[in-house]
Amino acid sequence: MSNSTSKQVVVALVENKPGVLNRVASLFRRRNYNVDSLTVGRTHKGHVSRMTIVVDVARTDVRQIVSNLYKLVNVIDVKALTGEPHVSRDLALIKVRTDDVESRNAVTEVCDRYPARIVDIGVKYAIVEITAQEDLVEHLIDELRPIGIVELVRTGVVAMGRGVRILDTDYEPVNHLQNAGDLERYGV
Amino acid sequence: MLLSGAEIVMECLLREGVDVIFGYPGGAILPTYDAMTKYPQIHHVLVRHEQGATHMADGYARATGRVGVCIATSGPGATNLVTGLATAMMDSVPIVAITGQVPRAAIGTDAFQETDVTGVTIPVTKHNYLISDIRELAYCIKEAFYIARTGRQGPVLVDIPKDIQNEKIEFVYPEGEIRLPGYRPPMSANETDVFAARDLINSAKRPIILAGHGIMMSGAVQELRELSERAQIPVSLTLLGKGAMPEDHPLCVGMMGMHGNAASNHAIQESDLIIALGMRFDDRVTGNLKTYAPHAKKIHVDIDPSEIHKNVKVDIGIAGDLKTVLTQILPGVNGNNHPEWLNRIRDWQEDSSERDILSNYDGDTLLAPQVINDLWKFTDGEAITVTDVGQHQMIEAQYYPHRRPATMLTSGGLGTMGFGFPAAIGAKFGRPNEPVWAIVGDGGFQMTLCEMATAVQEQVDVKIAIINNGFLGMVRQWQEFFYEERYHATPMVSPDFCKLAEAYGVPSMRVTKREQIQEAVEFAHSHKGPVLIEFVVEKEEIVYPMVPAGADLDKMLRRPKKGEQ
Repeated sequence: MSNSTSKQVVVALVENKPGVLNRVASLFRRRNYNVDSLTVGRTHKGHVSRMTIVVDVARTDVRQIVSNLYKLVNVIDVKALTGEPHVSRDLALIKVRTDDVESRNAVTEVCDRYPARIVDIGVKYAIVEITAQEDLVEHLIDELRPIGIVELVRTGVVAMGRGVRILDTDYEPVNHLQNAGDLERYGV
Repeated sequence: MLLSGAEIVMECLLREGVDVIFGYPGGAILPTYDAMTKYPQIHHVLVRHEQGATHMADGYARATGRVGVCIATSGPGATNLVTGLATAMMDSVPIVAITGQVPRAAIGTDAFQETDVTGVTIPVTKHNYLISDIRELAYCIKEAFYIARTGRQGPVLVDIPKDIQNEKIEFVYPEGEIRLPGYRPPMSANETDVFAARDLINSAKRPIILAGHGIMMSGAVQELRELSERAQIPVSLTLLGKGAMPEDHPLCVGMMGMHGNAASNHAIQESDLIIALGMRFDDRVTGNLKTYAPHAKKIHVDIDPSEIHKNVKVDIGIAGDLKTVLTQILPGVNGNNHPEWLNRIRDWQEDSSERDILSNYDGDTLLAPQVINDLWKFTDGEAITVTDVGQHQMIEAQYYPHRRPATMLTSGGLGTMGFGFPAAIGAKFGRPNEPVWAIVGDGGFQMTLCEMATAVQEQVDVKIAIINNGFLGMVRQWQEFFYEERYHATPMVSPDFCKLAEAYGVPSMRVTKREQIQEAVEFAHSHKGPVLIEFVVEKEEIVYPMVPAGADLDKMLRRPKKGEQ
């Protein structure tokens, strides 16, 4: 499934403001970039969110994607990670049919061979959780498929450069809401 | 000072040095319209359609280099701005659009005249704001102007809910620097690129400069001229680059591209070095990318990093401000000359002049090139011309040589019909002491002719030249070449433009013969305020040369020489 040659991982630090995800999504749509997955979450700094975007660059130069992302006013910094040492993880929750001994054993056996575990088990179904590199997640899904997957959810890839490759910002937000009322600041 | 949000808007406009705004009132923007009565320093121009307001702000900005401002109400008022914003976005024109929005409590309820305007305009603005707190208002307007006029310039929209316009706050203008962490337009080039660019320039045998809109926007006209003259490098212009180099300069080879000068296109294809400055290799100037300038090394300087390698992969790509970068490169550029190269270009130019319809025509029917060329003659080549889109636009580009920057204003990237006339009104507000001519076709003019009432109400001294051929001429030309002359939906019935002008109270004249052109221009100049001249021209004229879409740049359809027909 994962054709690693045409996939690129791009990470972006963005201002944690309403509408930023919409701007990024709009960019990808109007430039006809092919998004595999896009995840977004807050960082250790409340005013900064981080996006990990996996794009198919078969048709597009990744430099174009990076420079266009960077043009968005709310995007603080962007970096293409592919080609550099990095850690990437995808998380999946997979609900499989386990309504007989055979299937229960099969699921347990498959999970043993992956960094996966069974996080919920009932009479009819079990939920398997895996956190791993994307291709490993794909392989697990392929192995569970014949047993009977009934529901599946994935977070999409998150990634981080190894070692000294740090994508961070020293930007501190200007709080207009505070400042506007703070007249002393202006000597009033 | 306790001010309402509406008054804060006006205060911010004052601080930005705004003296005129183009707009149309409506429910959600009424508080701001009411506040305008306290700010007579800022003149409001009532347009007849909001699209006209954006084009006027656009024309004003192109003519002056300052930020143009337009204002509209929520819903339909704001959606009517979209075409004008997209036009400004494509041509990197700084505009700030202010729109009213329904009160915050009503947002998301499908309230009367509610539209998600920030959502709608994301793709057609450089940035936009939906104000959610009155304490942000002044900051956002200040940022909007800053973003519009810096880096690669462009339109910014600020959407302000009505209740915020009414709310009052102790107002202090946010002095001091703007801090936008993710907004750092590039300025200068790195040393390596500067040296590499110089080496290529100094060793080139057949170099050519492609000068675009960026020359004007960064104020690099002098630097361009110095580079060209010192190293004797010919300069080819994009449509929006007209004015970057005086077109009567011996090193200027005129416009490039689909309807450009053949000499320009041939020179690009045979060059061994392309120095692309502030242009973006639009498909209208490159033709077939696979065969584009096959022998040339390429240097590309543009303020927008995403333009580098976008359409044409280049050898040296420099993201930076043109004036700054050229100032870096110039000191190492040697004096040079390329007599053989320049002679070759001269031969192409000679061949073109042998094909020029002006010297090969003995018919009676008035031709658009005659009109434009005479207009050039009788305005001493010094008018600010604002064109619409189509055949007349290309003929203007070919037959009205411009000497000064920002004297030819046109919708290049988006090709917006209806742009010309309102943009001319805006340009006149920006440069009231110079003659402004709107050169429009019968088709495009009818898209925005309602602004004649605006011109009359404001007594705007803009002259309208309608090049009337009774067709959507450029589309007809494509139908002639590529659709076996099936002229579907291109023959066009128009009103009697002179009678229409009379109804609006605009003096007018109809010209059908070349001998009348001088008189018509004098007639137009003798009246203050808007004047309309209708030039009735040959119906089935063709704009030559033409590079068919996607064809190689030098595979042009040419007008035959005399005797070859």
